[in-house]
Amino acid sequence: MFKILHAEFLAPGIKRFEIEAPRIAHKQKPGQFVILRLYEQGERIPITIEHSDPERGTIRIVVQSAGKTTTLLNSLNTGDSILNVVGPLGKPSDIEKFGTVVVMGGGVGTAMAYPTAAALKHAGNRVITIVGARNKELVILERELRECSDALMITTDDGSYADKGFVTDKLRQLIENGTRIDLVLAIGPIPMMRAVAEMTRKEHIRTVVSLNPIMIDGTGMCGGCRVLVDGKSEFACVDGPEFDAHRVDFSVLVQRNSMYRTAEQKSMEAFQQDPESQVEAIHAEQTGACALKGIDR
Amino acid sequence: MTQSPKPPLLNVLPLKERMKLPRQHMLEQPALERATNFTEVNLGYSEELARQEAARCLECAKPKCTIDCPVGVKVKEFVQLIVAGDFMGAAAKIREDNVLPAITGRVCPQEDHCEGGCLMGKKVQPLGIGYLERFVADYEQRHLDISNLPKAPPTGKKVAIVGSGPSGLTAAGDLVQRGHQVHVFEALHTPGGVLVYGIPEFRLPKQIIREQIDYMRAMGVVFETDVVVGRTVTIDELMEEEGYDAVFIGTGAGLPQFMGIPGEHFNGVYSANEFLTRINLMHAYEFPKYDEPMVDFRGKNVAVVGGGNTALDAIRSALRLGAGKAFILYRRSEAEMPARKEEVEHAKQEGIEFQVLAAPLEFLDDGKGWLTAARCQKMALGEPDASGRRRPVPIEGSEYEIPLAVAVIAIGTSANPIVQSTTPGLNTNKRNYIEADPTTQRTSRKGVFAGGDIVTGSATVILAMGAGRRAAKSIHEYLSTSGDW
Ligand SMILES: Cc1cc2nc3c(=O)[nH]c(=O)nc-3n(C[C@H](O)[C@H](O)[C@H](O)COP(=O)(O)OP(=O)(O)OC[C@H]3O[C@@H](n4cnc5c(N)ncnc54)[C@H](O)[C@@H]3O)c2cc1C
Ligand SMILES: Cc1cc2nc3c(=O)[nH]c(=O)nc-3n(C[C@H](O)[C@H](O)[C@H](O)COP(=O)(O)OP(=O)(O)OC[C@H]3O[C@@H](n4cnc5c(N)ncnc54)[C@H](O)[C@@H]3O)c2cc1C
Ligand code: SF4
Ligand code: SF4
Ligand code: FES
Repeated sequence: MFKILHAEFLAPGIKRFEIEAPRIAHKQKPGQFVILRLYEQGERIPITIEHSDPERGTIRIVVQSAGKTTTLLNSLNTGDSILNVVGPLGKPSDIEKFGTVVVMGGGVGTAMAYPTAAALKHAGNRVITIVGARNKELVILERELRECSDALMITTDDGSYADKGFVTDKLRQLIENGTRIDLVLAIGPIPMMRAVAEMTRKEHIRTVVSLNPIMIDGTGMCGGCRVLVDGKSEFACVDGPEFDAHRVDFSVLVQRNSMYRTAEQKSMEAFQQDPESQVEAIHAEQTGACALKGIDR
Repeated sequence: MTQSPKPPLLNVLPLKERMKLPRQHMLEQPALERATNFTEVNLGYSEELARQEAARCLECAKPKCTIDCPVGVKVKEFVQLIVAGDFMGAAAKIREDNVLPAITGRVCPQEDHCEGGCLMGKKVQPLGIGYLERFVADYEQRHLDISNLPKAPPTGKKVAIVGSGPSGLTAAGDLVQRGHQVHVFEALHTPGGVLVYGIPEFRLPKQIIREQIDYMRAMGVVFETDVVVGRTVTIDELMEEEGYDAVFIGTGAGLPQFMGIPGEHFNGVYSANEFLTRINLMHAYEFPKYDEPMVDFRGKNVAVVGGGNTALDAIRSALRLGAGKAFILYRRSEAEMPARKEEVEHAKQEGIEFQVLAAPLEFLDDGKGWLTAARCQKMALGEPDASGRRRPVPIEGSEYEIPLAVAVIAIGTSANPIVQSTTPGLNTNKRNYIEADPTTQRTSRKGVFAGGDIVTGSATVILAMGAGRRAAKSIHEYLSTSGDW
């Protein structure tokens, strides 16, 4: 079991957890993720590692409530545990000195982009960060991103904070102003990544996106996470999750992510009828017979 | 079930009489009933049936059964102990060569090994060795007290086992019995390898694997799940920083192969690994009690492409999940199917259809990415190929279409690559399987041994166990001597 040392909401529905996971903390590189499972009947879901501290033996993740598993996870607190956490998985981000890099984060994608942005800055790049959120309350990690960016631009869909509009509006401005851009990294909802890819394709700007297909094992064993890249199947958990945006077939990604929609909704509805009892079940499992899970001893 | 004459309880029957006794059937769930549930198909022998079956053994002077068993289980001896009613003694006798009898008794392709060799098979039906092995193991499980198993004096040596499939479990069990400190690292959240995520409940109840793992824990083996060796920690780190004196790699051949035909990305097309992992490891058949979902194909057509154990496990699982029509698409004929014979029989009884000499060319969708049909082609058998089986040759102009909601690709697997790519100096062959000496299981890296599917390519449980056993012996020798490589 993996202990939650600290949990706090960053925004409504978005929570940050610090988890004791010494092995993972030692090996994590920006761009990598973990797969976690909350309890015996739970599913396995992938979540990006936002930060790791090898000395303390901890990792941090930032989770947005999307369906049952993420909502349940976000109901856990400091002192609770997560049954299984495995990682670090996936290829680390490509970190080198590219020149000027535009890092774009949409929603919780901001937290996923943060470790890579920081590493790119550290590698000597000029980092221009653009983050987008639906409204003021949902803007996250502003301070952290400001520290690792040469420039930080923020957009909100409703204009309740910073500039009204979308992250792509800012990217277009940069391009129109003649800013030299060597690389764009975009992480967020699929429509956003797709829009960025279309925009930069015309300008021949190298663009990397981090894909979020449905995963199970995260080790290349099931093939469920396959995405279509240049017309060929690739496994996002081992060949990605980052891919060249101009080669990705986003329609197939959208199509495959819709595969279990009915079941996911059913899960969520059942959960919402009595969320407390689920959280209690987890507590009971953690204090009870399952103390043997994970490492023995 | 057929009523058969009862032999006396000690084997005093003359050989000729024994030859007349029919093979005792194992009780099984009725086909139509079991096709709707995931409970085990075979129900086991009673003590009496077991003794009756055991009494058929001819006690051969040169028992072919043992020669043909990959780990040399002393069949004649354990069977005679059953005849005498000493079931615990029989279990101990099997354990001398096979540490997972409850599993092998259920899943070994006995027709290719022990029972294939059994002398009685020449005239009548071979002895039910698998059934007897299973009976004895289950009996032992019910009567064994694992609270104080004898422990070997500690040697002070530490061994890391990578992967908890049958090869890793066997190596772990043998090494801990020799007094070494054994730590098993497993990538998934439950140990057991294919036994847990691949082979379904109705053929190998998960409870049995849990019991075997608990048995090993009681012997002192430590299991650490959620560790992907190569990612979470490397072999070098295990040896240099964590003080392991030797490492055994048993990571299996778990990578799914696809066919590379158009439409494989449609919703409803699965690899057998994903399909079976959802069902077995993640319990999708118990959704919504368990969170893992499966697409709803109740009443619809499901096809599995392939003819091995994996294909049969997948299609029989699909039937149990409510498929309207469930069929196998296999490009050769039934004679070439590599699956265990018992599974083919069981599948047929349950109503699985076999479309042999046919292969899909392309998957078709509804325009929104959901599978609706497969375009297939008929095959004829040509000359034998490298595997000795007759090669399928496409018949021109024989294309046909079949409506499908779900297609599962079960055409084989390849090597798990993560350990190889993160362990410098570990030699592999062209197909990225690890090179290991066939008798010592030594790899090119000092102190590192490998065995099971990651060395041979996908094979069988008992062959993987054999490799684990050889590795344990060889690791023990390495640790007890000067450690030359
Ligand atoms: C490599 C990788 C890294 C990720 N990192 C993070 C992270 O750091 N923080 C975070 O909050 N989430 C992250 N995700 C997404 C996260 O895994 C999903 O939100 C989660 O699996 C949803 O599970 P659920 O049961 O809560 O919702 P579900 O019931 O499965 O889904 C609820 C709704 O969310 C949508 N959805 C489902 N799966 C995804 C998905 N993979 N991505 C986006 N939307 C989805 C569906 O449309 C569905 O209607 C990552 C995904 C991947 C593949
Ligand atoms: C569906 C199916 C049905 C089968 N039916 C039969 C049958 O009826 N009879 C029979 O004899 N054989 C059968 N087989 C074949 C048999 O299961 C295998 O040959 C056998 O399991 C191989 O054992 P193994 O120990 O080499 O590896 P596996 O059982 O494959 O186990 C390998 C383990 O290593 C873990 N692992 C992989 N990489 C890493 C890593 N980097 N770090 C940590 N852990 C890792 C995996 O998660 C897995 O748990 C079947 C196979 C399948 C897929
Ligand atoms: S281990 Fe397998 S092959 Fe050997 S005797 Fe037992 S069932 Fe037969
Ligand atoms: S070959 Fe058959 S009959 Fe002979 S000893 Fe073995 S099991 Fe008995
Ligand atoms: S998640 Fe199973 S192969 Fe990627």
